[in-house]
Amino acid sequence: MDFDIVELSRLQFAMTAMYHFLFVPLTLGLSILVAIMETVYVMTARPIWRQMTKFWGTLFGINFVLGVATGITMEFQFGMNWSYYSHYVGDIFGAPLAIEGLMAFFMEATFVGLMFFGWDKLSRVAHLIVTWLVAIGSNFSALWILIANGWMQNPVGAEFNPITMRMEMTSFFDVVFNEVAQAKFVHTVSAGYVTASIFVLGVSAWYMLKGVHFELARRSIAVAAAFGLASAFSVVILGDESGYSTSHNQKMKLAAMEAMWETHPAPAEFTLFGIPDQEARETKYAIHIPYAMGLIGTRSLTTEIPGISDLEKQAEERVRSGILAYDALLKIREARGDVTEDVKATFEAHSKDLGFAFLLMRYVEDPRQATEAQIVQAAEDTIPTVWPLFWSFRIMVALGFSFIAVLAYFFVVANFRGMQFPRWALKMAVVIIPTPWIAAEMGWFTAEFGRQPWTVDGVLPTAMSVSHLSVADLLITLAGFVIFYTVLFIIEMGLMLKYIRKGPYQDVKETEDWQRRHEARLMSSGQPVTMPAE
Amino acid sequence: MILHEFISFDLLRVIWWVLLGVLLIGFALTDGFDMGVGALLPFVGKTDAERRLVINTIGPVWEGNQVWFILGGGAIFAAWPPLYAVSFSGFYLAMFAVLAALILRPVGFKYRSKRESAAWRNGWDWALFVGGAVPALIFGVAVGNVLQGVPFELTDFLMPMYPGNFFMKFVGLLNPFALLAGVVSLAMLLMHGAAWLTLKTDGPVQLRARTIGTVAGVVALVAYALAGVWLALGIPGYQMVAQAAANGPSNPLMTEVVRGGSWLDAYAARPWIAIAPVMGLAGIALATLGLRAGREVWTLLFSKLGITGVIGSVGLTMFPFILPSSRQPSASLTVWDASSSHLTLFVMLVVTVIFMPLILAYTAWVYKVLWGKVTPDEISNNQNSY
Repeated sequence: MDFDIVELSRLQFAMTAMYHFLFVPLTLGLSILVAIMETVYVMTARPIWRQMTKFWGTLFGINFVLGVATGITMEFQFGMNWSYYSHYVGDIFGAPLAIEGLMAFFMEATFVGLMFFGWDKLSRVAHLIVTWLVAIGSNFSALWILIANGWMQNPVGAEFNPITMRMEMTSFFDVVFNEVAQAKFVHTVSAGYVTASIFVLGVSAWYMLKGVHFELARRSIAVAAAFGLASAFSVVILGDESGYSTSHNQKMKLAAMEAMWETHPAPAEFTLFGIPDQEARETKYAIHIPYAMGLIGTRSLTTEIPGISDLEKQAEERVRSGILAYDALLKIREARGDVTEDVKATFEAHSKDLGFAFLLMRYVEDPRQATEAQIVQAAEDTIPTVWPLFWSFRIMVALGFSFIAVLAYFFVVANFRGMQFPRWALKMAVVIIPTPWIAAEMGWFTAEFGRQPWTVDGVLPTAMSVSHLSVADLLITLAGFVIFYTVLFIIEMGLMLKYIRKGPYQDVKETEDWQRRHEARLMSSGQPVTMPAE
Repeated sequence: MILHEFISFDLLRVIWWVLLGVLLIGFALTDGFDMGVGALLPFVGKTDAERRLVINTIGPVWEGNQVWFILGGGAIFAAWPPLYAVSFSGFYLAMFAVLAALILRPVGFKYRSKRESAAWRNGWDWALFVGGAVPALIFGVAVGNVLQGVPFELTDFLMPMYPGNFFMKFVGLLNPFALLAGVVSLAMLLMHGAAWLTLKTDGPVQLRARTIGTVAGVVALVAYALAGVWLALGIPGYQMVAQAAANGPSNPLMTEVVRGGSWLDAYAARPWIAIAPVMGLAGIALATLGLRAGREVWTLLFSKLGITGVIGSVGLTMFPFILPSSRQPSASLTVWDASSSHLTLFVMLVVTVIFMPLILAYTAWVYKVLWGKVTPDEISNNQNSY
C-alpha cells in the first residue's frame, strides 16, 4: 500500500469537495430567498420586488453555475480516486447519489433554464412555481448527499457479504432515516440559508453605505435578516443534535473534538479554550465550563463520555477481534462459502470488527501475522490528529453564535427602529460576508477529518479505499484541478463584483405602468393618492 | 424487506442493464446535441451575434440535459458498483479530461456574454468547442476500448488493479480501432447538433449547420459501417466457458471467461438484435438526407433514431458482458456478476419508476414552452441571455 497515493487522494478529495462547497451554501439559501422575493412580487405586483428577484437571481445564476460545474467532479471522483471504496460500499452509498440525480438534480437543472429564459414565456404564477422548483430541487439534493455522507459516519442498514466482499444494504429505510443524516441535513441547509442571508445583508449594506439602490437594499435586508435569524437558530439547534448523535455513534470523533484524553466522571466539563498536546495526551492552559459537555453530549448529568485513552483500549480489542474475522473470511472465500458452521459462527461473531483488522494492512500484508506492536499501533491510528479538530470545531461554533447576534441586531433595527442603521453596523455587515463560508468549511472539516482513519466509520480504512493509481496520475490531476479551479474562482469573483457594482436593472416603463395603475386603483377606491415607494 | 423477492434477481439485473442503456442513450440524445452544438460553434457562427444565437438555442436546456450524464454516473454507482469502480479509475486521465472539458461548458455558457470584450468572448467560444468536442471524442474512444477489453485485474479481495506504466496505459487507449470509434461518436454528435441548429435557427447559421451536418452524417455512416467490418474481421470477442448463475452473487471472479470467437457471433445466437445496427445505419442515412432536404423535425427524429441504434448495437452485441478484461478475462464484468444486491436493485427500480416519468413529463413541458426558433430580438430583450 503506497502511502503517497492515499495522502494525495485525500488532498485532492478535500480540495475539490471544499471548493465545491464554496458555491453550494449560497445556492441553497439564495434560491429560497429569491423565491421568497418573487412570491412577494406575485402577491403585490410591485415592480421593485421583480427587480429584486431578477437582481439576486443574476447573482444566484453566476454562483449556481460553478456549483453545478464542480459538482460534476464530485459525482465521478469516487470511482476515479476511491475505487475500492466504490466497490466496497457502492451497494449502499451509490443509491442516495443516484436518487439525488433522479429527484433533485433533474428538477433544479431543468427548471433553472426557464427561471432565466422564461420571464416572457410564462405567466407570473407559472414563473414563480418554476423558481420554487429550482429552490426545492437544490435543497433536495442536499438531503440525499447528506444521507450518503451520514452513512459514512454511521453505517446503519447494511451488512458485510463475504462472497461479494462488500457491504450490502439490508434496510433502505434505516439508511434514509439514519439519525446522523437527518440532523446533518437540517444543520447543513440551515447553514446555507445563513450564508445567503449574510451575503444579501452584506451586499445591501454596501449599497446603503454608498447611498445607492436604497429601495432594493432596505427590502432585501428586511427579508434576509428575518430569514437568516430563524435559520441561525436552526443551525445551532441542529448542530447540537449532531453533537448528540455523534456522542453515541462516533465516540472517538467527539473525544478528539473535545480533546478529552481521559474519561472524566459524569457530567463532563466543556473545554472552552486550550492547547491540545497529542504527545503528552493533555490539554494545556485549558479553560473549562463545568457540566456543559455532559449536557451537550449525553443530555444527562449521569452518563459518562469516554475519553481518548479508553476508546483506544476498546479499539485494540476490536483489532484483535477483527483478526479472527479476517481469518474466517479467508476460509469462507477460499471455500466459496462452503465451510463448517464453526467458521461461519466465528465470522458472524467478529465480522463487525473486520475493518479494524484492515487497519493492520498498512503495516503487514496478512493481519494474522501482525505483531503486538503493530496491533497497538493500529489501535493508536484510530485517534485522529486532535488539535485541528479541536480548533476548527471551536471556530465554527463561535461563528455560529455570532451570526445569531448579528442577524438579531439587523432584524430588530429593520423591524422596530425604522431601518436606521448606524454606519459601523453597515460596515460590519460588509466585512463579515466571508465568515459563513469559513464556518461551513470548518464544519465539514470537523466532520470528515474527525472520521479518520476511516472512510466508513469502523468499516473501511481510508488507506484501503483508494484506487490503484500512480503518483504521476495524481500529480497531473491535482495540478490540473488547482490551476483550473483557481482560474475559475478568479473569473467568478470578478463577475460577481462586476454585477454587484452594476446593481439592479430598473425597467423604467414597467415601473411607470405600475404607478399609473396604482394611482387609478386608489382614485377609484376614493382614498387619497399617495406615491408608491419606488 | 421482503417485497423485493417479488422480482427475481436475474430479471432485475436485466432491467438495470436496459436502464443503463436508457441512461446512456438519454444522455446522447439530449446532451449529445449540446455537445454537437458546442463543437460546431466556432464554425457555424462567424459574428458575435450569430454565435450568441447558436449558444442561446441550447441556453435554457443544456443544464437539464447534462443531468443525464451525472445521473448516469450515479446510477452506475448504485446499480453496477464494480463497473463504476473499475472503469472510472482505469480510464483515470481520460476521465479527468472529460471532467475538465465538461466543467468548461457550463462556465462558458454562463460567463461568455457577461463581458463585452471580443477576446474574452472568442476565448470562451473555443472553450465551448473543447467542452463539446473532447467528451464526444473520448466517449467513443472509451467504447472502442471496452469492445477490445480493458487491461485490468481483480485481486482476491476484488480490488481493481491496472499493472503497467501510467503513460503507456494512457497511450494504449488511443489505438486505431478505438480512434475509429471516437470518430463515429464525434461525427454522430456533430450531425445531431446540426440537426438541432437547423430546427432552432434561420439564415446563415442554419445554412452552415446544414452543410457541416451533412458531411458529419456521411462520415458517421462510413465510420460506423467500417467499425462493424473491423469487428467482424479483426477483433476477437469474449465468451463465458460455462453459463454463469444468473441469480448468483456479484463476484466477477466466479465466472470463467476466455477471449475468442467474435462479438458478432451474438447475431447468430440472437438474430433479432440486428435491428439495432440497421436502426443505426438507417437513422444516420435518413438524418443526413433530411438535412439536405430541410425537413427539420424529421431530421432530428431520424438523428435520434440513429444514435439509439448505434449505442444499442454496442450493448446488444456485447451482452451479457459489460466490461471485459483483456489481462485477466475471468475478471470481466458481466450482467450476472457485477450488479448491486437484490435489494438495492429493487429499491432503485422503485425510485426510478416513480421519478423517471415525472422527469420526462416536466422536461417535455420545458421544451414545449421553449418551442420555436430563437431570434436575435429575443436574445437582446432578455438580460439573462447567454
